[in-house]
Amino acid sequence: MSIAFVRTDMAPSQSPPTRSSGLVGWARKNLFATPVDTIFTIIGVLFLIWAVPPIYGFIFPTSLGGNAVAPGGTVEQCRVENAGACWAYIAARFNFFIYGFYPISEYWRPNIVFAMGAVLIVPLLWPAIPYKGINALLFFVVFPVVSFYLLNGGVFGLKPVPTEQWGGLMVTLIISLVGIICSIPIGILLALGRQSDLPIIKTLCVMFIELWRAVPLITVLFMASIMLPLFMPQGMTVDKLLRALVGVTLFASAYLAEVVRGGLQALPRGQYEAGASLGLSYWKRMFFIILPQALKHVIPGIVNNFISLFKDTSLVSIVGIFDLLNTVQAASSDIDWASPTQAVTGYLFAAFVFWIFCFAMSRYSLFMERRLNTGHKR
Amino acid sequence: MAVQGNLRTAPPRTSFFNDPVVRGIIYQVVVAAIVIGFFAWIIVNTAQNLAAQNKSTGFDFLFRTAGFNISFTLIPFDRSSYYWEAFLVGLLNTLLVAVIGIFFATILGFVLGIARLSSNWLISRFATVYVETIRNIPLLLQLFFWYFAVLKAMPAVRDSISLPMGIYINQRGLFVPKPVPDDQFVWVYAAVVLALVLCFALSRWAKRRLETTGKRFPVLLSSIGLFLVVVAVGFVLSGASVSFDMPELQRFNFRGGLELPPEFVALVFGLTIYTAAFIAENVRGGIQAVSHGQTEAAQSLGLKEGDRLRLVIVPQAMRVIIPPLTSQYLNLTKNSSLGAAIGYPELVNVFTGTTLNQTGKAIEVIAMTMAVYLTFSLLTSAFMNWYNGRVALVER
Repeated sequence: MSIAFVRTDMAPSQSPPTRSSGLVGWARKNLFATPVDTIFTIIGVLFLIWAVPPIYGFIFPTSLGGNAVAPGGTVEQCRVENAGACWAYIAARFNFFIYGFYPISEYWRPNIVFAMGAVLIVPLLWPAIPYKGINALLFFVVFPVVSFYLLNGGVFGLKPVPTEQWGGLMVTLIISLVGIICSIPIGILLALGRQSDLPIIKTLCVMFIELWRAVPLITVLFMASIMLPLFMPQGMTVDKLLRALVGVTLFASAYLAEVVRGGLQALPRGQYEAGASLGLSYWKRMFFIILPQALKHVIPGIVNNFISLFKDTSLVSIVGIFDLLNTVQAASSDIDWASPTQAVTGYLFAAFVFWIFCFAMSRYSLFMERRLNTGHKR
Repeated sequence: MAVQGNLRTAPPRTSFFNDPVVRGIIYQVVVAAIVIGFFAWIIVNTAQNLAAQNKSTGFDFLFRTAGFNISFTLIPFDRSSYYWEAFLVGLLNTLLVAVIGIFFATILGFVLGIARLSSNWLISRFATVYVETIRNIPLLLQLFFWYFAVLKAMPAVRDSISLPMGIYINQRGLFVPKPVPDDQFVWVYAAVVLALVLCFALSRWAKRRLETTGKRFPVLLSSIGLFLVVVAVGFVLSGASVSFDMPELQRFNFRGGLELPPEFVALVFGLTIYTAAFIAENVRGGIQAVSHGQTEAAQSLGLKEGDRLRLVIVPQAMRVIIPPLTSQYLNLTKNSSLGAAIGYPELVNVFTGTTLNQTGKAIEVIAMTMAVYLTFSLLTSAFMNWYNGRVALVER
């Protein structure tokens, strides 16, 4: 027997009120929560309306509704009043921005180096891929040596290309990679030295680290380019690029040492004591127990260090090396492409290239940070 | 039988060479010898190189006439000034740009850092885009952009862009009115000091009253009122007047007013915008470091919104923010050396650039420049240690 006025089946659930869900609910919560929020939102929207259309018009070519001159355009198009970015100029001078004064017939050599670097670095950064040891050996030791002989030439019948002709993005990448690769061992040794019980070694390391961290990179580069030749025995000349590399490496290793020190200090004392109680020698203790744990913890910090190193390589343009920024700066006085937006377009291009690299690195550092945080945080 | 006497065993016998103490001494002697040898080698080489180039060393060049001009100086400087005066000019210009940059970068950075945490989606997105864009572009590139692409592209003097309040922008920089106080203005300064003293006394009194009676007194509002009234009374009574020296377009250039060269404006702009992005991240981290439980605890104590921030949240956030903030200030000061690349006459430009080229005293000049920055850095870390000691949590 059933009672007629009692439902036997559940009424279908109603959708939540539109005011608290969907787009309207989202907007109420995130854009118009309070009167002050509403005012800010309105100001923000007005700002977007004011700022976005001119920026869009400047960057995007005519085919997409903007005013910019697409690659393949002519300089006359760039000189028109109200013309946007002159991407045709970037396309025309693209090789200069990438290779500098490297001979055109030899472009395949840097190209091989770029390809090798890309092939080696992807598996190195991908945590799931095995054989990290041999991968690291290839990237950090074999790759630089091969690249140097390939780029510099003079062996195996390759035409010698002196470093004065290197330039552009190639040099930016070379300086940052060499800085990174050389600063890792030096930085680790300095960090260990700073933690050492031996007073003389500790003092020397602290002095080295604090001196380089205190002075701006530009003075280090000046010092390297002016004083290094004075320090060498008579008759010995030091390549200009090499001088900059020495300066950048010293500078970077001091900063890296401080990052590694953070990792060393974060390890519980028990790890040091456990290593000692196994009867391991100092170096075995460091290499098999302490450093693997400490370095793993500071990978995000190391990557952040590389980001600033990568940005700082632009300073070598001040001591006369044609890195990416300097090639852009030099090309901006190119009469053939003289137009009102020439300089801005060049800077936009360089900024975009730097941004891509730095942003990718910072995302990678965040990714590693999340991966290494295995559930100890709420 | 119970063993009586000394329970400590004699130290284990190791061979002389395996004793850690002896080994430590040997290692250190070897390292010290290598370092000393390296420096000796460098010094001998340098001496030989300098002798071959017929160059002398020493700081006597500082008292020679510089013979060059500097476009922007805070102290009188001309061709007949000495090199040490050039050094001073560069140092002061560095400090000027650093102080102004730090001032604006702090304001902008705090605004952006708070904006990133805003519950307003649009505002927090703006701040995120700003920080992620600016942080990932080299400062030098940004300085080039501001200097060559923005300020150098400004119209010529004839067609200066005129902003409100008598400010003009053109290729030659920023022209702003210069306030010229008259002689009676000393009294106004005195009134300002008096007002500050009164405000301080008022806040002391209000605090004591709060502690004894529990009654509140609107300190901030009354202090502002007191300050304005005292200064206004001082201004009227002394009969002081302040006139503005307005920039005026003469035939070829602006006359009068305060002229800020484009290099200076670009450097301040670039440093402020770049450093603010980093400060914003520090501020965000500091505020996020204060756990939500603190807010709830303050609420449950019955503190109202303003007191909650002032007494509970901000002091704890500042403990986290201040140390990285000081190192950002130091970074800004060091980064001001990039002014050399756009021709702002700061220390590196005037001293490591022009002076070094003219005198050829590479070692002395670079050592002096490095010593200046080293001093800044040591002062900053001294401050940081003092501050950390003061605010460190007292742990059991």
